[in-house]
Amino acid sequence: MISPIFYIFAAMMIAGGLMVVLLRNPVSSALAMVLSFLGLAGIFTGLNAYLVGILQILVYAGAIMVLFIFIIMLLDLKKEEKIHHNGLVLFIGILLPSVFMLQLAGVLMTEQTSPTAPELNFTETVDDYPEESIIHKKLKTERLPDVHLIGQKLYKDYNFPLQVIAVLLLSATVGCVTLSKKTSNKSSD
Amino acid sequence: MPTPTLNEYLFFSGLLFAIGLGGVIIRRNIIVIFMCLEMMLAAASLTLVAFSRFNTVKGLPDYDGQMLVFFVITVAAAEVALGLAIIVSLYRARQTINTDQLTTLKG
Repeated sequence: MISPIFYIFAAMMIAGGLMVVLLRNPVSSALAMVLSFLGLAGIFTGLNAYLVGILQILVYAGAIMVLFIFIIMLLDLKKEEKIHHNGLVLFIGILLPSVFMLQLAGVLMTEQTSPTAPELNFTETVDDYPEESIIHKKLKTERLPDVHLIGQKLYKDYNFPLQVIAVLLLSATVGCVTLSKKTSNKSSD
Repeated sequence: MPTPTLNEYLFFSGLLFAIGLGGVIIRRNIIVIFMCLEMMLAAASLTLVAFSRFNTVKGLPDYDGQMLVFFVITVAAAEVALGLAIIVSLYRARQTINTDQLTTLKG
């Protein structure tokens, strides 16, 4: 019997995802997406990835979803009236994911004994860090200094990708400004 | 209380990905399609984090996987900002965001 908390969060995630696809009002879809990401953040926390879980809530449920809802309100989108679905598209849209899920279930069934998460061992790397560092102190007290370890990794091993990402964000900002500038040379219509 | 196995995480991640894929194919509202794309990215992130936890390096989680999630979230944020800017200019030009009515490139 696996801990029911995992299943509660997983059910939240899947129910939110289904609601995004099934609800006809875009605002409801966006709010269902927040529910889905909250469930996902709970699962991340259960996997000892505390920083990623918090980022999921802050960046996705906080920033990105607010942006979505803002745009939906800005464009003043109405609830979609009862749409006559193109039968072929609906069929393909249900068939493709179902085939994908069947494949995945088939692959997972072949594995007789699925691995459980290995125990974390805090004492093994404790001597790699200087005596007075926070990582050392926390590892000594059997706690996972998640954020500090990620920071070490990010600024030591992933320094160049971090700078590339900074350039990417800058160019995205410039692109947004360029796109949203009113073209003044158009004839007034 | 035993913890979930790797298969459970992979299955739920695949389920979320499949729902997102279905949404991208079925829905016609371009903003909802965009949200479903975000859901597929999040499902991939769940797989990465699960593998990072189940593959310990010296007794700690393998943080390489979580770094990739970090970069995925960053790129997704940039992508959403740009995509929504494109959608707004599209709406200005065509007065619709229904993908069935955006047929300029249809042969």
